[in-house]
Amino acid sequence: MNYNWDWGIFFKSTGIGSEIYLDWFVTGFGWTLAVALAAWIVALALGAVLGVLRTVPNRWASGIATTYVEIFRNVPLLVQLFLWYFLVPDLLPEPLELWFKQDLNPATSAYLSVVVCLGLFTAARVCEQVRTGIQALPKGQAAAARAMGFTLPQIYRHVLLPQAFRIIIPPLTSEFLNIFKNSAVASLIGLMELLAQTKQTAEFSANLFEAFTLATLIYFVLNMGLMLLMRGVEKKVAVPGLMSVGGK
Amino acid sequence: MISIQNVNKWYGDFQVLTGCSTEVDKGEVVVVCGPSGSGKSTLIKCVNALEPFQKGDIVVAGTSIADKATDLPKLRSRVGMVFQHFELFPHLSITENLTIAQTKVLGRGKDEAIDKGLKLLDRVGLKAHAHKHPGQLSGGQQQRVAIARALAMDPVVMLFDEPTSALDPEMVNEVLDVMVELAQEGMTMMCVTHEMGFARKVADRVIFMDRGQIVEDCAKDEFFGDIHARSERAQQFLAKILQH
Ligand SMILES: Nc1ncnc2c1ncn2[C@@H]1O[C@H](COP(=O)(O)OP(=O)(O)OP(=O)(O)O)[C@@H](O)[C@H]1O
Ligand SMILES: [Mg+2]
Repeated sequence: MNYNWDWGIFFKSTGIGSEIYLDWFVTGFGWTLAVALAAWIVALALGAVLGVLRTVPNRWASGIATTYVEIFRNVPLLVQLFLWYFLVPDLLPEPLELWFKQDLNPATSAYLSVVVCLGLFTAARVCEQVRTGIQALPKGQAAAARAMGFTLPQIYRHVLLPQAFRIIIPPLTSEFLNIFKNSAVASLIGLMELLAQTKQTAEFSANLFEAFTLATLIYFVLNMGLMLLMRGVEKKVAVPGLMSVGGK
Repeated sequence: MISIQNVNKWYGDFQVLTGCSTEVDKGEVVVVCGPSGSGKSTLIKCVNALEPFQKGDIVVAGTSIADKATDLPKLRSRVGMVFQHFELFPHLSITENLTIAQTKVLGRGKDEAIDKGLKLLDRVGLKAHAHKHPGQLSGGQQQRVAIARALAMDPVVMLFDEPTSALDPEMVNEVLDVMVELAQEGMTMMCVTHEMGFARKVADRVIFMDRGQIVEDCAKDEFFGDIHARSERAQQFLAKILQH
């Protein structure tokens, strides 16, 4: 292969305004962050609620949560994204539909679709982690809280969830990393996040390999950073004297 | 204080409790014993409605559990319970363990709750450990904290479900000492335990259960005094545990 590597490409002008290629990567990185963080908040909040519903002593509640998980886990992410972006707006009431299709700028409507899509998809996975965490706790914990007069919501809020979340930090970390990787699907509905900017750079400059090398590097460093961040969180909330299981 | 009236409970087809009736007066200490699987835990869990039952009624300090209108969390907040495995909340400090139900359930102010919690912690001899977490204490210490945690709610009665059977032998006495003191101060107590020394020392009455039924329910002196007048099952059971 006869390829002329040119790492200086990132500082060259794109020919559009005064932008250099590096600016595109910065913008793309910004969108990737914005998508992943917003979707993560949705996933964490909804996933916690669903995880609780799966464990409460009520058949309807757990049935609803189980159905949700089955649907959102088993339909491919890309299919879900196309549904949210192309189909769901058509099903909205007319004023909302017009707002989404005409008033919003295309980047914003793509952004909203992908945040909802990734958030709901990942919520199904978070739900399962939360359920596993809650079920891993000794049965006596809930019984002790109930015996002191806690109501069911108080039991979850003060006793079960704080312990369950500590247990599931490692699997949640991997969901958190996944949401960043999965955010690349946004490029398929025209959102100029990192992958889309990389492709665009490759096309404009013909420096395909440099562009994708930089993108790979950015994803890699980002992942490492997030992993360290979550380790830090894990350390910060660690319980002195370990989490004792079964009291002893 | 506690009136158990013909309580029957089933798990599916299996009847765990059959026609259980007894009374526990204010200030009385009742020890419940019996072979494994006889329904002791189930019975005392019915007393604070941790376990539902299908027939009969239990009235605690004037409140009927079978009555659909009864606010069960409120009733439970007035009944202290101590478990075999302590069940302190491992993610909370000892002080938080002692105060959380006071503030969240009883609505007490934080300072008042801490004050009360620390006083009780002092009483069980663990004041120096207030800032620690349960995982940093020994089993005996954890169980003493669990007793203090229950007392912090100003319970009208205390229930104990084998509070010493998960402990290493050398820690049993520190927990029993706290319980004896409590009994001597006039606390109404219902204790599932096989510690017959404890029963001899402070119990007013002993209940013996077998296969979901209350087989013996008599004054302590009667129970231990004339063993040969007891039912055959009770005699066998006593022979077994008194060997230890
Ligand atoms: N959730 C449950 N579902 C079905 N059966 C149960 C359940 N809990 C307890 N049992 C059964 O009910 C019976 C009484 O149990 P219980 O725990 O009250 O006995 P126990 O006298 O406390 O025994 P131990 O000394 O072993 O603690 C046992 O045969 C037990 O197997
Ligand atoms: Mg038991």
